[in-house]
Amino acid sequence: MYHDNDRSKLFSRRALMLAGGKGALISALVARMYYLQVIEADRYTMLSEENRVSMRLLAPPRGLILDRNGTAMAVNQHNYRVLVVSEQAPSLDYTLDALSQIISLGDHDRARVIKEAKRRRSFVPITVRENLSWEEVARIEVNAPDLPGVLIDVGQSRYYPLEHLGAHILGYVAAVSENDQTNNDPLEELPGFRIGKAGVEKIYDMALRGRGGTSQEEVNAVGRVMRELERREGEPGVDLTLTLDMRLQEYAAQRLGDESAAAVVMDIHTGEVIVMASTPSFDPNAFNRGLTHEEWKELSTNPLAPLQNKAISGTFAPGSTFKMMVAIAAMEAGAISPEQTVLCRGHTELGSIKFHCWKKGGHGSVDLVNALKGSCDVYFYEIARRVGFEKVAEVANRFGLGVPTGIDLPNERSGLIPNRAWKRKALGQPWHPGETLINGIGQGYCLATPLQLAVMTARIANGGQQVIPHVARDMIVEKQAILRAEPAWKSCGVSQRSLTLVRKGMNAVSNEPGGTAYRARIEQEGMWLSGKTGTAQVRRITMRERETGVRKNEDLPWKERDHALFVAYAPEDAPRYSIAVVVEHGGGGSAVAAPIARDIMLEVQKRERARVAEQQLHNHACSGSDCKDHG
Amino acid sequence: MLRPTPRLSSRLNRTEMSWREKIWQINWSLITILTAIASVGFLTLYSAAKGSLEPWAIKQMVRFAMGIGIMIAVAVVDLRFWMRHAYVLYGLSIVLLIAVDLKGTIGMGAQRWIDLGFIQLQPSEIMKIAMILTLARYFHGATVQDVGRPTFLIPPLLMVLLPVGLVMKQPDLGTAMMVLMSSGAIFFMAGVRLWKFGILLGAGAGAVPVAWQFLHDYQKKRVIIFMNPDQDPLGAGYHITQSKIALGSGGIFGKGYMNGTQAGLNFLPEKQTDFIFTMYGEEWGLMGGLFLLGLYVLLTAFGYAIAMRCRSQFGRLVALGITTTFFLYFFINTAMVMGLVPVVGVPLPLISYGGTAMLSLLFGWGLVMSCYIHRDLPIGRRGGHDD
Repeated sequence: MYHDNDRSKLFSRRALMLAGGKGALISALVARMYYLQVIEADRYTMLSEENRVSMRLLAPPRGLILDRNGTAMAVNQHNYRVLVVSEQAPSLDYTLDALSQIISLGDHDRARVIKEAKRRRSFVPITVRENLSWEEVARIEVNAPDLPGVLIDVGQSRYYPLEHLGAHILGYVAAVSENDQTNNDPLEELPGFRIGKAGVEKIYDMALRGRGGTSQEEVNAVGRVMRELERREGEPGVDLTLTLDMRLQEYAAQRLGDESAAAVVMDIHTGEVIVMASTPSFDPNAFNRGLTHEEWKELSTNPLAPLQNKAISGTFAPGSTFKMMVAIAAMEAGAISPEQTVLCRGHTELGSIKFHCWKKGGHGSVDLVNALKGSCDVYFYEIARRVGFEKVAEVANRFGLGVPTGIDLPNERSGLIPNRAWKRKALGQPWHPGETLINGIGQGYCLATPLQLAVMTARIANGGQQVIPHVARDMIVEKQAILRAEPAWKSCGVSQRSLTLVRKGMNAVSNEPGGTAYRARIEQEGMWLSGKTGTAQVRRITMRERETGVRKNEDLPWKERDHALFVAYAPEDAPRYSIAVVVEHGGGGSAVAAPIARDIMLEVQKRERARVAEQQLHNHACSGSDCKDHG
Repeated sequence: MLRPTPRLSSRLNRTEMSWREKIWQINWSLITILTAIASVGFLTLYSAAKGSLEPWAIKQMVRFAMGIGIMIAVAVVDLRFWMRHAYVLYGLSIVLLIAVDLKGTIGMGAQRWIDLGFIQLQPSEIMKIAMILTLARYFHGATVQDVGRPTFLIPPLLMVLLPVGLVMKQPDLGTAMMVLMSSGAIFFMAGVRLWKFGILLGAGAGAVPVAWQFLHDYQKKRVIIFMNPDQDPLGAGYHITQSKIALGSGGIFGKGYMNGTQAGLNFLPEKQTDFIFTMYGEEWGLMGGLFLLGLYVLLTAFGYAIAMRCRSQFGRLVALGITTTFFLYFFINTAMVMGLVPVVGVPLPLISYGGTAMLSLLFGWGLVMSCYIHRDLPIGRRGGHDD
């Protein structure tokens, strides 16, 4: 046994040394215990029983939210409130009684205070009422001797100066409710602390909150603060700059008017969302203030769903805006060539079922560009049938349909692009050949959000790069804003030939006489747009109705009217922006959605030109002199 | 071989033992001490829940029972099995560590576990044991001359630094330090000269500024907060102040079981996990603290006795390595709550509420027990029969 004796001896010697070291450490522990529990015991006993060190959290100011031009969208305001510390009040009921004789105090508030007092630590102050007037503050101060445990505090409350504008993106803040408390952030225990509940206020909540400061105070047996031992200031929340332009947002919201509608404009290269309007909207300040029961009922039961951000949470049949996907899938699969034509007689047949084109007399013989231009349903029935819907669905997924876009906003819906596997799983039924045709014109099961449509159009216009939309200008890492890296998008994996052809078709839609959106074109040089209309049917047209004449949209109840859709990119020759407009139950895409999109797109481009011109003027004026301070 | 050969070990001095023989060899004193320590934990958890088995004490008991089962299972497995599979276990731990690092990077935040559904697997816990087995295996076949050669020491050094780096990246500096220190103990026990430790320590200190350059800003911030917990206003500083008040006010005999005021008033943070010793000390005083410390020292002494009694170098190193890791656990935790060392997330072994640490600690003691059962088993250089 090789030298084992040596090793064994060495091991024993070393074990002894190691044990000695451990013994020394143990002695240190024992000495420390002796020091704390014998020598210093009296001092600590006093501290624990008479003078407790209490820790008060100092709320940091919440980060501001600004639009891309620095316009304030969310700010903080002073807010006077009255608090009660239950361990300082001999009887909570008595104190609340006394308080209700001085300021108005509802039963609801009272019940809430008592409930919270049971839940929180006894030294945590609880908000009784907020937004006190000066007069109320004065009355409480004067009566302070009769109100043990009551204190006045200046807090900050969130204010959204633009009110309805951009409310869906901003979201709102509200008091922490019991099922929210998950982040283990001590700030959440502060009285009246507000956390983000929707929109960017929610997504970037932790960064906007900042970090709480603390004040360590020595308090005596009755809880009075004897002195402040140590104070550490917190870190204010990060100011968040969004990519949105509030002036354009305002324009878009006005243009959408009273309709239940959504419009999204984004930069096709960077993914910056410049406009995201959803109408009708709501005033987020109401949530911060606290909604009355009636207000809440009205908001939540309104059929136009003002609380929903329709741009990301509303899903609509894409209708004819989906035809680009079918065209690209067919080109990629080699199922058609650009020159091949299909004869449209106004309908086609599959087995015994008739499939109608929207144009009663038919389009005649059309190739791909003309089929897009006139939005010929029969052409797309035919090529969808040739290529099969599985391939169409796959292409649509790559262009952002049927999957979440990954935008930095909560509650994004993923829409739906059906395929065989989905249908078997969800409905337990096989795929019918007829469904390939119906879904091939964006009807049937197909559903998309307006944002997804804008992303799809962006990916068509930017040469097939899988741009991902975002609303925060900077990236937030570890509660700090970091500049976004130069985007490097993945490719959709389709040929430039298909994309060029589809863009040619979209150009024809808007800029050639006879195109479905020719009347909603932009005539200003260099600002032309290329688009695609869509009119999504929400009800079935029966055979009998077809014979007796289809009822006009305006004659139908609102819930049964068609959705109007339009997607576009501009400028035509060097695309930079994409847009999607959806007007729920608004009627026809070319008559309703396209003019709105045209106006918004024109305004976006005009504003960009004005900005560039201003910058050039500024640069010019600065040349020679020292203008570094102004950037 | 000059060695007194008692009757029992002459029977054990064989390459194969039957299951029955192994079961007879289970060291019940060791299990008694472990149970005594865990029982202190049950009592304290019962008090922490204000006199209720829910939500902590009952779960902890179930886990302890499971852990003892695992421990016995580990103990009766042939020690050579653990030796043969040491490198495999090490490789697996490295893969898991890389997996959580990747998962953490993608998920944009520190993640230290892999969720297996029924348990959250912490690769760093496995690494603590795998590291000891691996080093023990490496040094098992080494002669005193081998250990004297610097080139011989380079591979095990790299084997230590790789997981330490990965754990540090999580970032879990507490565990990294523990792996580093228990590995250091094994190097020491294997006979590495003291001046070599000095050189490494110097080189390590010299490398710190260089490594610092490669960190991101937010990583630097994390390290600064770790080194200087007072900078984290809501965290460590407050905890330590409260912990010292609670302990100190306990005095010599304590405030009595279930009578702790600081913990009762919720001044004490995490009273059921990392700060459980504070709560115990408040209720049982200096006497209680010394009693618990005595149990820990007794357990450590048992570990030493088993290590010294072991015939194979592998067994000696494993028993001592595990004992040292266990020692580090309770030393760091108690020193932390008493304000002697900075706050790091190290639980009080067998007492703090938590499943992963409990199971991995008992797994470790299972290995020590295996060393005891196979104490007279000679092991060849390659882990086979002595050749």
